[in-house]
Amino acid sequence: MSTPTTGRTPATRKKRRLYAVLAGLTMLGIAAALVLTAFEDSIVFFYSPSDIAEKNLRPGQTVRLGGLVEADSVKKSADGVTTEFVITDMNKTIAVSYKGLLPDLFREGQGVVTQGTLGADGNFIASEVLAKHDENYMPKEVADALKKSGKWKEPEK
Amino acid sequence: MIAEIGHFALMLALVVALVQSALPLAGAARGNQAWMAIAAPSAMVQFLCTGTAFGCLLYSFAVSDFTVMNVAQNSNSLQPMIYKIASTWGNHEGSMVLWVLILALFGGMVALFGGNLPPTLKARALSVQAMIAFAFLLFILMTSNPFERLSPPPVDGRDLNPLLQDIGLALHPPMLYFGYVGFSMAFSFAIAALIEGKVDAAWARWVRPWTLLAWIFLTGGIVLGSWWAYYELGWGGWWYWDPVENASFMPWLVGTALLHSAIVVEKRDALKTWTILLAILTFSLSLIGTFLVRSGVLTSVHAFATDPERGVFILVLLVIAIGGSLALYAWRAPQLKGGGLFAPISREGSLILNNLLLTTAAATVFIGTLYPLLLDAMTGDKISVGPPFFNATFVPLMIPLIIALGFGPMLSWKRADLKGAVQRLKFALIVAMVVTAIAAYVTWGRSIFGAIGLGFSGWLAASVLIEFGSRIGIGRSNFGDVLRRATGLPRAAWGMMLAHFGFAILAAGATGASVWQDEAIQSIRAGDAISIAGYEFTLRNVDNVRGPNYVAQRGVFTVKQDGEIVATLAPERRRYLVQGTETTESAIFTNAYADLYAVLGEPDGEGRWIAKVYFKPLVPWIWLGGAVMVLGGFVSLSDRRLRVGAPTRRQAPTPANAPAPAE
Repeated sequence: MSTPTTGRTPATRKKRRLYAVLAGLTMLGIAAALVLTAFEDSIVFFYSPSDIAEKNLRPGQTVRLGGLVEADSVKKSADGVTTEFVITDMNKTIAVSYKGLLPDLFREGQGVVTQGTLGADGNFIASEVLAKHDENYMPKEVADALKKSGKWKEPEK
Repeated sequence: MIAEIGHFALMLALVVALVQSALPLAGAARGNQAWMAIAAPSAMVQFLCTGTAFGCLLYSFAVSDFTVMNVAQNSNSLQPMIYKIASTWGNHEGSMVLWVLILALFGGMVALFGGNLPPTLKARALSVQAMIAFAFLLFILMTSNPFERLSPPPVDGRDLNPLLQDIGLALHPPMLYFGYVGFSMAFSFAIAALIEGKVDAAWARWVRPWTLLAWIFLTGGIVLGSWWAYYELGWGGWWYWDPVENASFMPWLVGTALLHSAIVVEKRDALKTWTILLAILTFSLSLIGTFLVRSGVLTSVHAFATDPERGVFILVLLVIAIGGSLALYAWRAPQLKGGGLFAPISREGSLILNNLLLTTAAATVFIGTLYPLLLDAMTGDKISVGPPFFNATFVPLMIPLIIALGFGPMLSWKRADLKGAVQRLKFALIVAMVVTAIAAYVTWGRSIFGAIGLGFSGWLAASVLIEFGSRIGIGRSNFGDVLRRATGLPRAAWGMMLAHFGFAILAAGATGASVWQDEAIQSIRAGDAISIAGYEFTLRNVDNVRGPNYVAQRGVFTVKQDGEIVATLAPERRRYLVQGTETTESAIFTNAYADLYAVLGEPDGEGRWIAKVYFKPLVPWIWLGGAVMVLGGFVSLSDRRLRVGAPTRRQAPTPANAPAPAE
């Protein structure tokens, strides 16, 4: 594919280096701008029910809510596919509704992380219920939140 | 007994690695031929030792020897043989043994096929390779002994995590590791070159095949992992921007950049220091990936057991390896001589643009992956950075990449004629516009981004074909000439065409998957139907079935389009007996342009089942595109020119500094 050089002299070494540095800097600038704008809009904070009670969430702000699924709180609503349950950090609770398939390891009394928005009525509308990969696994965020509220019990081995 | 042999072989490998990392390096510095000559045989011995260790572990798993703790914890006598074998690497200890085995395999291959390497370069590269092996062997022996005995042995094992009992995941780790670890070769060659103070076209010629081989397997491993997540997890997505996925994707991005920049070193003797840096960064990212996945910083299916001791060990290793190599780079790189000059509009220029875009993209992925960890460590704030972040940063960087990819191969080295390239690519632009228009018409009322994304894929596919067509003279010569030229074209050219075309297919698939998917979820009885996108999914019945180590409920769906049955789908809900875990097995019907996807959810106890069905246009193209990219890699690897540098067979050894043969 290589063709002989044309009559004009190629850019000098210095110039070439300058081009490369300029191109690199431009790219970095673009990347930084992209990253910063994206961070502003798309970072999702993790909160426990107590955190949600304290913080004022923007309407429609997507957050992650984690804690334990309260015992005897899981109900199916009339459409058969929406599940309602209560997430607790043993301090505060929050009601959650989720339309969709629950992960295989979703259980009452176990840790769960959901992602969604807070409705006007103070209930949490989850768009995602995050799967856990084994039954002993406690999401790290949930464990930390429970430690914070002083209700953490070391899992028995 | 077998386990003890394996354990002993690992210790032996550690000793050999120590010798191999010290003597050849010292020999190369002092010009001691005998010391340098130790490198190749010791690399072979090291491969034999780690191979023996891995074989012993594999055997223990295959015969279900539950006196070995690792087997007892991760396997079960009821598992089919293939999963007993896959259990060998389906756990932390075993996967680390596989890691060092592949490392030793690459070292062994260089020892075996590298007869034509300059002796000092070969000795130094193998020494560096042995240092990595030493560190990881030490890690295994000190924190993760796979051969630990258990007394008294249990009656049966605890089973492999059911999610991993799947053919996709049996193959995914070895392939991914082959890629990850394969980049160690480019790293070792880069460090050796820094010590030598010399990088030339021949160096690039030796490094490229190893990089390409690693790239092929990493690509295959990532695609396989994505495919697994798609059908096994039952969430219907193919890429989640999960930190664990990103951990494998970052070395891929930088490795792809390395693959391209090494071409410039080989052909034009330019971009040397940059290429060395990329080689160091690629393997560093592989190490960071190993750290992220294995240390338990991230909780995922990959974090088999979280043990802080291991995390700290890998972290220290990481700091030494990355810090040390970058320090060496800072010290030695300025002494490397710069090479050929070129204008900004040239093949070199386009490859630099490719490199800038790929590394910038890798940087955004890096930030998105590590920022949450950093923030948690520093402030305790817990955040997650999900798909919206990556869609807003990564995707915009891919668009100029795709546009530039159309031009790049058209440009000549040194100084190119952009106008001429634009002229030749007019047709590709027309194709892009037509594709966009058709896609917009067909999907009217849906997101316009889908049509635009498909247009970009059309642009890329058309420009790749135009470039290839003009090379073989389509439209200029008669059929016989074209055929003759096509067969005479270097395999590397075929490989490039295939890999780029595969990328176009994959981009189209990714667009379709993220924009045009239809889904519905309903609670239904046997006989009820769910309709989406012109398809009618009817649940016929739900049966109880029994597998080798699980019981399952299997729902049978028939799918009708225009009143005719087009597919039968049988998703399952499985309950694995040993661990008592439940998994969802989705059922997928694939035709050339779409997937029909069904998942059976939980029963309500009154004869109704939750069912989720999807219509996923273009998704099969993601795997097809990935497969074509891998194929392109293999075709390119088979190029005669590359074999001159690396795996040589029955070929007279060329003098070490033979001039690069003309293209």
